[in-house]
Amino acid sequence: MPSIPEILETMAYGPAPESAAAAREWLTRAPFGLFIGGDFTAPGTLFDVRDPARDEGLAQVTQASDADVDAAVQAARKAQPAWEADPALRARVLYALARQIQKRERLFAVLETLDNGKPIRETRDIDIPLVARHFYHHAGWATLLSDEFPGARAHGVCGQIIPWNFPLLMLAWKVAPALAAGNSVVLKPAEDTPLTALLFAEICLEAGVPPGVVNIVTGDGATGAALVAHPDVNKIAFTGSTEVGQVIRRATAGSGKALTLELGGKSPFIVMADADLDAAVEGVVDAVWFNQGEVCCAGTRILVAESVAETFRKRLISRMKTLRVGDPLDKSTDIGAVVSPAQLARIRDLVAQGVAAGAVVHEGTAPEGCFCPPILLDEVSPANPCVAEEIFGPVVTLQTFRTPPEALELANATRYGLAASIWSENLTVAMDLAAQVKAGVVWINATNMFDANAPFGGMRASGFGREGAREGMAAYLRKGDPVQGAAPGVIDPLPGKGTPDGLDRTHKLYIGGAQKRADGGASWSVLSGAKRLGHAPLGNRKDIRNAVEAAHKASGWGKMSGHQRAQVLYFLAETLDHHRDGLAALVPMDEIDASIARVMYYAAWADKLSGAVHNTQSAHVTLAMREPFGVMGLICAEEAPLLGALSLILPAIAMGNRVVVVASQANPLAALELGPMLGASDVPGGVVNIVSGPVAELAKALAGHDDVAAIACAQPTVAQIVEAESAGNLKPVWNAPKGQGRDWLEAMVQVKTIWVPYGA
Amino acid sequence: MDHPQNPATTLNTDAFRAVNRPAAERRAASLVARRSIKGAHQAAWLLNAIACMDLTTLAGDDTPDRVRRLCAKARRPLADHIVAGLGLAEMPRTGAVCVYPTMVATAVQALDGTGIPVASVATGFPAGLMPLDLRLAEIRYAVEQGAEEIDIVITRAHVLGGNWSALYDEIAAMKEACGAAHMKAILATGDLGTLTNVYAASMVAMQAGADFIKTSTGKEGVNATLPVGLTMCRAIRDHGDATGNIVGFKPAGGMKTAKDALNWQVLMAEELGRDWLRPGLFRLGASSMLADIERQLEHHVTGRYAASHRHALA
Repeated sequence: MPSIPEILETMAYGPAPESAAAAREWLTRAPFGLFIGGDFTAPGTLFDVRDPARDEGLAQVTQASDADVDAAVQAARKAQPAWEADPALRARVLYALARQIQKRERLFAVLETLDNGKPIRETRDIDIPLVARHFYHHAGWATLLSDEFPGARAHGVCGQIIPWNFPLLMLAWKVAPALAAGNSVVLKPAEDTPLTALLFAEICLEAGVPPGVVNIVTGDGATGAALVAHPDVNKIAFTGSTEVGQVIRRATAGSGKALTLELGGKSPFIVMADADLDAAVEGVVDAVWFNQGEVCCAGTRILVAESVAETFRKRLISRMKTLRVGDPLDKSTDIGAVVSPAQLARIRDLVAQGVAAGAVVHEGTAPEGCFCPPILLDEVSPANPCVAEEIFGPVVTLQTFRTPPEALELANATRYGLAASIWSENLTVAMDLAAQVKAGVVWINATNMFDANAPFGGMRASGFGREGAREGMAAYLRKGDPVQGAAPGVIDPLPGKGTPDGLDRTHKLYIGGAQKRADGGASWSVLSGAKRLGHAPLGNRKDIRNAVEAAHKASGWGKMSGHQRAQVLYFLAETLDHHRDGLAALVPMDEIDASIARVMYYAAWADKLSGAVHNTQSAHVTLAMREPFGVMGLICAEEAPLLGALSLILPAIAMGNRVVVVASQANPLAALELGPMLGASDVPGGVVNIVSGPVAELAKALAGHDDVAAIACAQPTVAQIVEAESAGNLKPVWNAPKGQGRDWLEAMVQVKTIWVPYGA
Repeated sequence: MDHPQNPATTLNTDAFRAVNRPAAERRAASLVARRSIKGAHQAAWLLNAIACMDLTTLAGDDTPDRVRRLCAKARRPLADHIVAGLGLAEMPRTGAVCVYPTMVATAVQALDGTGIPVASVATGFPAGLMPLDLRLAEIRYAVEQGAEEIDIVITRAHVLGGNWSALYDEIAAMKEACGAAHMKAILATGDLGTLTNVYAASMVAMQAGADFIKTSTGKEGVNATLPVGLTMCRAIRDHGDATGNIVGFKPAGGMKTAKDALNWQVLMAEELGRDWLRPGLFRLGASSMLADIERQLEHHVTGRYAASHRHALA
């Protein structure tokens, strides 16, 4: 230790270590079993959990087997009904959990730092306070559930799989809303970082969580796979990589399990010329040099206006020099250890690829060991692997743009859509960018802000579903059951079926506002008993492709006001009414009447589904905007061919989506007749595109199309193939129930949370 | 002052920029939360704060005896056993003593032989709402009385009215009146309303030749705050980048604790670097902070929590 006069020369900060004594004392309880049915099992097959900063073992924990997972699910199943039946108990228990976490805050913070390598400043000041906040917030939801979500039920048993970057915080994001809604849970923490979840299990006992309501199974991917595959799990919630998210989507396809996925990101960080550049530089620090850059929503792609790029770059490089990388238990450390040597190797490998592809690299300094310095990759092109790939390390790229439209083009040139950060002192410009960027969360003049009452979640391949706030609660509740129905039969395209009824009528596909022959040049006979209702065009995957293209061209629809769309829908009601008699040849009159009523219903809604301003932190406006997905695929129910089609089309287009509709296979003619009526009602061409043919084949092509953003499916017999194919771009699939209502509208929009801190 | 005076440059309002307050507040909050200074290092940083301190009395009831007592504390800011316990070769001293113009002569006499400079407020402190010729005359009076540093106040109306050339001309005239004395320009940031105004006023003061920019008189409703300090530090950096001229910084008012002393030094270290932890470029304008620092240093030496009444009063 230097003398005081020596320190006066250097003015060094010196060491400021947080004591790990209590955490190490707790670790003497290892080896750990699993937490099932309110008790710890005897330790089984063990694996090591390591401290990456010191490269030493911390504890041994149990690798849960399929049988262990089954035991946990059974315990959860047994406990769930009584738990759901007692909201007052749920509120008390969640409140107790919040308090218990606060009472053990330092133990949790230190243990998290040991296990993950993140700085104690962040676990102490960010992770753990947010965890407590989450439990408080959801204690309230347990109390308010019956008032605010009348008729909603819990899913039942939720399987929850969380990552290693925010181990306890992600646990809180998963467990708190699930419990508030009345579910029981089986949670699998990440293999690298299971320790705070095990400490949480002990806290559950102290807080009076009934046995079986919370179960924690440690293990690797095999444990997670067993949980995903378990037939008695009703919902899977996963946070982690996009690749694993795709595996889970395929594994759960057709199982009826509800699913929410919070996946990777490559979020843009846009710096306009009029930004407070110093604020933006600190924003980069908070975006990618927070939590070692191991943050799914990290703003890893800096896009800076050319006119200020030089200044910004210089200040950023200068700022990198004052970041302190090292012992995460030191209270003056900014960047701690990377979670594991494997992750460090991955970061280094990707950076090397980026440099090989032409990036100019600027690096801070880091000690030997599992540490990574802050890294800026300058002069990168969009094709650089470090611009395209999620790195999950303290690495940021820098590109320049000339105009706001170019900034948006670069920002949106990614398969992801988790978050965006926008820096401008001009709120007019900043809100324009916020409205157009593809991201579930947008921070204006800020970054990485979280709150239990702010929805968080992604678009595109960043996943679907929201966590936090009312939107997050909805993801742990079920409302209505999906349509049940028989599988469509086999289409026989050869002639000779049925007898005609009057003058022959011609039905075509409706694509881009025009009636089109099917690409395959074939039709099939649509029968009603022995009577032939008509010939339907036999659409194929190329017709789906054409329909999706046409839908993309009709982008003006989403930009119209709700009032303008309402006028068009009211006009459609008029047109339908005018064609009642003609339609009566195809569907019963009561279905036609119900269809006209449904058009009136969604015309009424078109200008009324509002977003929200969430109550989060003082001096912050936190908006939850409801945005259309863009181009949606709609797979209609077999029965009620007109009403069924409209039940999906109307809420979708009322909210500003353009749609590709796969008509009922049994009777597609009524839906096809809608085409010209839509045109006659001033629905712009391309907004609604209707394809008939073999539903399974068409649905597969639609669900597998990477430029379709979401699917609503009212044909349960194709749910498996639709959900499996949707994994390609991770479009959400909504298995629609029968009927109408606000839930239908909410299924046709995605929430964009926009944070705007203010202060003169 | 071991730094040369800051030469004036021309008025350049193109150097102004908007400052985002919520972002500045976040940075200020995390800046001090993310640095922890313990043990011997903390003792050294607190000693450094003493060396950078303008030990101040600016009250209506100041008397020559009161000023002499303050000067005695500036000469011997710590009890002998604390100095010995810290392993220091000699008694530390404060950066300066800061008084009203009529108290300068008393202070100069009381500090004779110590090398501790006397700083004087001037220009109609604290409001500055006096005719310019009287304000300039006051500067000359204080310099004649022996003040080596002059803490001037600006006309807030020039900032609030956007009258930048008037502000520039006024400060330039004051600088000229200071002659060989170093000039600290008090921006009275609590009166300026926005951080954007703070940044602009900082720039004009530096362009007009201020050797230091200083946050507050201590008499405004809001005195030295870290977001204001952050904004002024960034202005100092930007002015240096643009002109090559180096300007010092002095927060003043409302800073009472040893923790404040550490926080402000962390701000300097992080935003401007090591050079701004020396009295030539950094001063803490404070009256009661020294008492808390002395208590903390005694605790460091003895391991026992200290009582101020056992230390010499300032």
